[in-house]
Amino acid sequence: MLNFATLANPSFFMRLTDRVLPWLGGAAALLFATGLYLAFFVAPADYQQGETVRIMFIHVPAAWLAMFCYTLIAASSIGSLVWRHPLADVAAKTAAPIGAAFTLLALVTGSLWGKPMWGAYWVWDARLTSVLVLFFLYLGLIALWQSIEEPSRAGRAAAILALVGIVNIPIIKFSVDWWNTLHQPASVMRMGGPTIHPAILTPLLVMAAAYTVLFLWLHLKAMRAEILRRRVETMMMTRVSRAASLKAAE
Amino acid sequence: MDLGPHAVFIWTAYGVTTAVIALLVARAIIDERRQREALVKLETQGIRRRSASHAGDDTLS
Repeated sequence: MLNFATLANPSFFMRLTDRVLPWLGGAAALLFATGLYLAFFVAPADYQQGETVRIMFIHVPAAWLAMFCYTLIAASSIGSLVWRHPLADVAAKTAAPIGAAFTLLALVTGSLWGKPMWGAYWVWDARLTSVLVLFFLYLGLIALWQSIEEPSRAGRAAAILALVGIVNIPIIKFSVDWWNTLHQPASVMRMGGPTIHPAILTPLLVMAAAYTVLFLWLHLKAMRAEILRRRVETMMMTRVSRAASLKAAE
Repeated sequence: MDLGPHAVFIWTAYGVTTAVIALLVARAIIDERRQREALVKLETQGIRRRSASHAGDDTLS
């Protein structure tokens, strides 16, 4: 029977992802093609924001994925700290650069949307600043992994930082309710349902699905590379110790 | 396609997104390929993983 322990077995994980990845890649391509068609040829211009509303179709999914990815890192960090499972460690490490890229995309596309709508590329309001903090948290996690050579020690340090930083996720989500900001309030994930017209909501949800499937593809692919990297490193150490013992025997 | 007076902002946003996603995809493919090649190279030299012969093979090494 397939259970968590089986799924978390690295060899099983490699076999499973080998089969799943082509399907995920195809699904992501299909969703992006559909989403972009809807975004440019079906969705109407917004009555207030005009054509710039089309930036929303890439900005909002990037922001959602930025937060989802960090939550996944925090959940993996618990798996890494509590059960010390190496795959949890691998999952956390490989998600960080992807999360950083999505956060950067959310910041840049938001900035490009802000200039024509607010008259400024950047304002130090609660939503923008808390997302910038999220970007720095990602950079901190990447720096920790890069600076500590031993993977288990690096994993522990990064897991602690990730769990401390998770407090920023609800701050990002509720910043538009707690403080006065230029950023618009939640209009999709809110009590009482979305406030966006279906003609604009549908492309947004299709693009969000495309980003999510792309993230899964990127993350599984990166996890596979990391598993292989650790195997290569171990084999190289074996080669070095074998050479040393041969030299000693001479 | 006429995207109005703010077209440059829209196209720049989509351009940056395309570039970043293309980089992420390329990095993922190249990294896995490099590690697989390194693994095959070591295996042809007769180096075996510690856990390769163990049933289940549930370690990363």
